[in-house]
Amino acid sequence: MSILIKNGRIIDDREYYADVYIEHGRIMKVGQNLDVYADKTINADGKYVFPGLVDMHCHLREPGFENKETIATGSYSAVCGGYTTIACMPNTNPVIDSPAIARYVAMRGREAGYARVYPIGCITKGQKGEELAEIGKMKDAGIVAISDDGHPVMNSSVMRNAMEYAKTVGILILDHTEDANISGDGVVNEGVNATIAGLRGINRSAEEIGIARDIVLAESLDASVHICHVSTAGSVQLIREAKSRGVKITCETCPHYFSATDEEILSYNTNAKINPPLREMSDVEAIIDGIKDGTIDVIATDHAPHTKGEKNREFDLAPFGSVGFETALSVTFTYLVETGEITMTDLVRIMSHKPSELLGFPVVHIKPGTIADLVIFDPDEKWTVKASELASKGKNTVFDGWELSGKVINTIVGGEIKY
Amino acid sequence: MLRKKDLLGLKDLTVEEIEYILDHTAEMKDVLLSKNAIDNLSDKCVTTLFYENSTRTQNSFLLASQMLGAKTLTVNVATSSVKKGESLVDTGKTLDALLTDVIVIRHSMAGAPELLAKNVKASVINAGDGMNEHPTQALLDIFTMREKFGTIKGLKVTLVGDIKHSRVARSNFWGLIKLGAEVSVVGPQTLLPKGINELGCEVYTDIEEAIIGANVVMGLRLQLERQKSGLFPSKSEYAELFAVTSEKIANCCPDALVMHPGPVNRGIEIGSDVTDGANSVIEEQVTNGVAVRMAVMDILAGGR
Repeated sequence: MSILIKNGRIIDDREYYADVYIEHGRIMKVGQNLDVYADKTINADGKYVFPGLVDMHCHLREPGFENKETIATGSYSAVCGGYTTIACMPNTNPVIDSPAIARYVAMRGREAGYARVYPIGCITKGQKGEELAEIGKMKDAGIVAISDDGHPVMNSSVMRNAMEYAKTVGILILDHTEDANISGDGVVNEGVNATIAGLRGINRSAEEIGIARDIVLAESLDASVHICHVSTAGSVQLIREAKSRGVKITCETCPHYFSATDEEILSYNTNAKINPPLREMSDVEAIIDGIKDGTIDVIATDHAPHTKGEKNREFDLAPFGSVGFETALSVTFTYLVETGEITMTDLVRIMSHKPSELLGFPVVHIKPGTIADLVIFDPDEKWTVKASELASKGKNTVFDGWELSGKVINTIVGGEIKY
Repeated sequence: MLRKKDLLGLKDLTVEEIEYILDHTAEMKDVLLSKNAIDNLSDKCVTTLFYENSTRTQNSFLLASQMLGAKTLTVNVATSSVKKGESLVDTGKTLDALLTDVIVIRHSMAGAPELLAKNVKASVINAGDGMNEHPTQALLDIFTMREKFGTIKGLKVTLVGDIKHSRVARSNFWGLIKLGAEVSVVGPQTLLPKGINELGCEVYTDIEEAIIGANVVMGLRLQLERQKSGLFPSKSEYAELFAVTSEKIANCCPDALVMHPGPVNRGIEIGSDVTDGANSVIEEQVTNGVAVRMAVMDILAGGR
């Protein structure tokens, strides 16, 4: 099938108006007033056309927690939000710590046929933080990174070995940094809002100590490390300083860390129970500064679906996490682009190009020969997030009821319209 | 009238609502002291749903219900079974189906009464949720202060001890600030909640400094297991630094009240001489507790 996208505003390393002609899964022609026959023509007047988004941090819950999400429902939710490639975390049941499970997840992704799904393997067997998983074998089976996300590797010696070993295998560690002794049984950010709500706090040092440790290890080993879901001003500063010294460190944040604060938890809204927790306005500002000056490399979703029953209970008992695929682009557009903090070109870099680079995917540029993973986005549409209408099985969004700008019109994966 | 069907905390009440409850408490105290039950809630059912053990508060609510002529139902849920047992929302719906008009809930987790209130038709009264609120305790404390001093405005109230984990401290704090008291808190830094200074109270770590000129000194219960989590070194060091003793209250106003929500760890939170001394109103607090709970239930369920 061939597709012709007419009159869109192309967003790539630069912005310009052009038609895009797609055939055999690839972009074949880019230019003004293309005179070609296509099976389907999409009028993109007033719309943006840009490379499909790439998420390097999501939870698809399969195998083991299909009541929360499946690879099919999750990867469909992804294309609804403009994501064409997603890498899913290994905290499934069983966890992805063997080549067999890695292959299974990749296969289920292909069967679903929405976004491209790549598994992330465990750092340690069973995510127990003790022995290294078979990282090399898993890499051969298709994993694109390793992470014990959700179960921080507390033993610094284990992390040190993991960094050295990952260098050997040539794979990136995505580290969920958290000193579990400090976070303890905390459920929200430690601060005035935790005090008002009477909820147990997680001090920001839990996250920052983990980052400081990883910086020391990476620097001394000349190894690479990527820090997951950075949420505090102190974390941004630690990473900024490390980068300026030449440490091979990269990091991501998530849309909720630059758009929401811990005021959301005052009503005991369990959808705002996220780990790391929503912080304060001064952190939000620091995260935005970090995105602007390049300290923060990537915006990831940390899409974390849960069932209604799991979230409709006591705040302490509800699991951490908010879904994110279907809101990430609009939240980023609303809170960073419309406010003038970043340009659309920046958005494409931090939501598509950079994560592709880090995980070794082909970087999609809108030029002939490239795989046709594209998004068509209407910057003028205003919409209200309705949790019940999300495609994901998980309706647990912290953005329920929020008014957002900009909406995905179509998502094209490998030359096929998936949304 | 209260705006909501529930009493979840003093955080959400207006000054007018608090004063309305306090005024009605005075009437209910007369009923209580007469020992003759009235029939305001004779067609109502009050259920106490306690996920934490509490003899004092539960009995206080039961006595208050009986004084109003209500039928009562008692549900005690061992904390250990919360995780595997029936969910709070389902339990609430069952109580609704039993035609309960008022659910009095105590729970170890902050926000549990709010969750219940959102999911049931009955009026929910919070009898203590985690570290969040214990509104009827604070109302009885404030009622006791108002009886002695006539007004709350301008009173200097010092809360002493484990502020961080105390729902009694939080509810008192919200109520007292709204009514115009000057509130200060004192305790070791490890037991003071972060950001409390931003909420409009003075923060001290030296008790003698904190209670200079105080009209009310309120000790709080110290959960002795906090010592195991490293928040203070020992009972005896805590007592030396923070126990409310007769020497330490020498700098209070002469007619200052010493209060405590009970049960008291004698000699640790409050010295024995002070507990039994002239300034102590700890026993009156217990009596006023029944009157306050009568008032709250009469207002919420009696259509007042």
